[in-house]
Amino acid sequence: MKELPFAITLEVGSSLANRTGSWRVERPVYVDRLPPCNDACPAGENIQQWLYLAEDGSYEAAWRRIMAENPLPAVMGRACFHPCETACNRAQVDEAVGINELERFLGDRALAEGWAVAAPEPASGSRVLVVGSGPGGLSAAYHLRLLGHDVVVAESSPEPGGMMRYGIPTYRLPRHIVHGEIRRIQALGVTIECGRRVDDLDAAMEDGHFDAAFLAIGAQRSKHIDIPAGDSARMVSALDLLHRAQEPDRPSIGRRVVVYGGGDTAMDAARTARRLGAADAVVVYRRTRDRMPAHEEELRDAVEEGVRLKWLSTIVGDEDGSLTIERMALDDHGFPQPTGEFETLEADALVLAVGQAADLTLVRSLPEIAVHGEVIEVGPDMMTARPGVFAGGDVVAGARTLTDAVGHGKKAARAIDAWLRGEAPASGARHALAGFDRLNTWYYADAPQAQRPRLDAARRASTFDEVVAGLDESTALFEARRCLSCGNCFQCDNCFGVCPDNAVLKVEEGHGYSFDYDFCKGCGLCVQECPCGAIEMVPEEI
Amino acid sequence: MAPVRFYQVGSFAVGNRLVDRSERTVQSDAGRSNSLTSGHRACQGCGEALGARYALDAAMRATGGRLVAVNATGCLEVFSTPYPETSWQIAWLHSLFANAPAVATGVAAALRVKGRSDIRVVSQAGDGGAVDIGFGCLSGMFERNDDVLFICYDNEAYMNTGVQRSGATPPAARTATTEAVGPHPGNVFGQGKNLPEIAMAHRIPYVATATVADLHDLEDKVSRAMAVHGSRYLHILVPCPLGWGSASSDTVRVARLATQTGLFPVFEAERGRVVRVTPIRRLAPVEDYLRIQGRFRHLFDPEGAVAQPGVVAALQSMADATIARYGLLAGAEAEPRQGTGTGTEAAS
Ligand SMILES: Cc1ncc(C[n+]2csc(CCOP(=O)(O)OP(=O)(O)O)c2C)c(N)n1
Ligand code: SF4
Ligand SMILES: [Mg+2]
Repeated sequence: MKELPFAITLEVGSSLANRTGSWRVERPVYVDRLPPCNDACPAGENIQQWLYLAEDGSYEAAWRRIMAENPLPAVMGRACFHPCETACNRAQVDEAVGINELERFLGDRALAEGWAVAAPEPASGSRVLVVGSGPGGLSAAYHLRLLGHDVVVAESSPEPGGMMRYGIPTYRLPRHIVHGEIRRIQALGVTIECGRRVDDLDAAMEDGHFDAAFLAIGAQRSKHIDIPAGDSARMVSALDLLHRAQEPDRPSIGRRVVVYGGGDTAMDAARTARRLGAADAVVVYRRTRDRMPAHEEELRDAVEEGVRLKWLSTIVGDEDGSLTIERMALDDHGFPQPTGEFETLEADALVLAVGQAADLTLVRSLPEIAVHGEVIEVGPDMMTARPGVFAGGDVVAGARTLTDAVGHGKKAARAIDAWLRGEAPASGARHALAGFDRLNTWYYADAPQAQRPRLDAARRASTFDEVVAGLDESTALFEARRCLSCGNCFQCDNCFGVCPDNAVLKVEEGHGYSFDYDFCKGCGLCVQECPCGAIEMVPEEI
Repeated sequence: MAPVRFYQVGSFAVGNRLVDRSERTVQSDAGRSNSLTSGHRACQGCGEALGARYALDAAMRATGGRLVAVNATGCLEVFSTPYPETSWQIAWLHSLFANAPAVATGVAAALRVKGRSDIRVVSQAGDGGAVDIGFGCLSGMFERNDDVLFICYDNEAYMNTGVQRSGATPPAARTATTEAVGPHPGNVFGQGKNLPEIAMAHRIPYVATATVADLHDLEDKVSRAMAVHGSRYLHILVPCPLGWGSASSDTVRVARLATQTGLFPVFEAERGRVVRVTPIRRLAPVEDYLRIQGRFRHLFDPEGAVAQPGVVAALQSMADATIARYGLLAGAEAEPRQGTGTGTEAAS
């Protein structure tokens, strides 16, 4: 034994011999929670993860993360109504993270730099027919192609893109953006056959030796309503107007234009009418502003551009360019009821924006496919009653947005792939939601949203140029860094720092942490001080 | 592109993958010295264990590891060194309850004699050891301007012997010697000592306060203190879950509320003059602070309503007076600190 100093009986020992982990009745564990943005994204993007990548300037990696779910970031960054931002927890701190503008920044950069998509899987030998080249059809085609299948897209119009090409005005979505993102899908080997209308699906599938089909034919038919004595020459459907405004020689529409309806299409039609020279564009809608289906931003932009709105009004007659309007009142159930009060409104043109329906000729020849109301019935895997025939986008029930269609396309592609292999579609379990109450917001610096520059309202009414500009790089970086990383560790080192027992270990710099349960006393400080709620206490089994 | 100085968690979290390693806290470094290592016998969620590691690791970095710590009797000494074990991974010395400043003076003198003035000395004690029993030695050390950084870990009572009142115990708090009984339950108003201000009155080069709720601030202050020679005093508020009756997971939260209510001012002073304050970022009423501590439970009835409105109001006016005295709200609307910079400069 070693010689010890005078009056010392024991050698110096370390407290590491004292395993304080035995005091613990609860243990901390790291968890991953579902951030509200991801939860709300109809296209199922992992938004938080691509924001994380963008935060240190890894734009290409961030873009690739988007592309894993959605092949149209530059389109989405303009035309998506971003339910992610509505759900964003940061809205409760100051303002939501500008996810949409960042998606556009990444999408635009990818187009400018010519980033290419990863190569598809080896050929599977299966062929899939996609009917319709709108966002749903293209999304399905893209994912199916990546999975190794041969894909042909049949498009009845002269150009691909569906509503992106013919429905959304260019001042919201410039055409070169649409073309750029479609070209990238084609470059993967997806064949798009324009001007090809499919009326007999069986025949089309047999002729082309297709093993499965995805119907994404959209809702391209404008609904009509009868207005007594209406002069059909002055009446035009909103879709027609939007379509014709894309043509090189744009139609003239008259000085006074009335748009009937309250959705986004009505707003687009009124804003388009202004750009086509209408001095006065009035939207007539049956209910009140808060019941209007149009998105807040669309409405705001329309008002800024001089569009007038007439709430609680219906059009009941049309006599020589003079519309008869009846005032409405909401009943106890919020339904508009006639009041018997009338007024007149002069109009050179009446644009009907009262809804759209699908042209279902195609499925009439397939009796087993159930049509419910105006939509095709599909199962949770997007398959119709006919095995191997799937449908999605506006032609099935659900929210009719671009982004929902992209989500349907992806989901259908994965289900088709599984079906072709004779497997059941994989259903990933969802994590519990990362609610605001789980955040420790102290650690987030206050920083309001960076604003995208917008075109002057005065100039807008005369041009189809894009209204909203993109972010520059420093604002994009700032915006990405505003993400709170709800529910998922972002390597802030708080747990590593605040443990009084040094019981949090770094696994590998930048790759998370682990607990040293030999010494963790279970105080719960790390859980409490984790900014993003990525740690949880669970009872110790004793 | 102009560099973007905003990083998701601003400057408030321990680490930050987006800033250069040299700008991150000492605590975020996997190679930190862990001056106080695992296996110590402090209670779950001990603020003193946390504060001591924060402060000493920062001092170790500032001195390149050439550091000696002299410890007074108290929890920090008892829970770290049950014979023959030690949790200290630095040169460490314990003598008595009252004499830590004097022992530190001696160590500094001995090092000077040996020509090793590169080795720096820290002396540390609890509030009982600093404010009360060791006060004479400490005042002498200040008066002689000995080259020692003295750190007081203030948990507002004599915790190691079972929560007896000290000169740093706040009014109305229940301790074993100021029980929550009678017409004026808990500690009395109008007594007690403000040691940071007493230290300032000695006109020593540097006096500062800090808490375990703001690591960046605490580390900045330790580094600044180590850059100065002569007597320096650092007063760190370290909540005690056992003595305060707070949840072990609330240690940092309670300390944060102490600062955000204005009850505990965070500032720096040089030669007796306040030169910097850390402004309140999210002002909170004192009630928020009192409610989560068992030592103030008698101020509320079992349903949670205020049972002693006069006492709560008196504590609130103490906080208001402190806010006014130090100007803690001035600049509260100002920009958050960027990167790992310093606190807001006071107007004075
Ligand atoms: C001269 C002397 N008196 C009393 C004690 C008993 N004693 C040991 S620790 C302690 C309390 C220490 O309180 P404080 O300095 O506030 O440190 P804390 O334990 O609260 O961290 C007391 C009274 C002692 N060790 N020596
Ligand atoms: S802070 Fe440390 S001791 Fe407390 S629960 Fe977390 S790991 Fe365990
Ligand atoms: Mg004490």
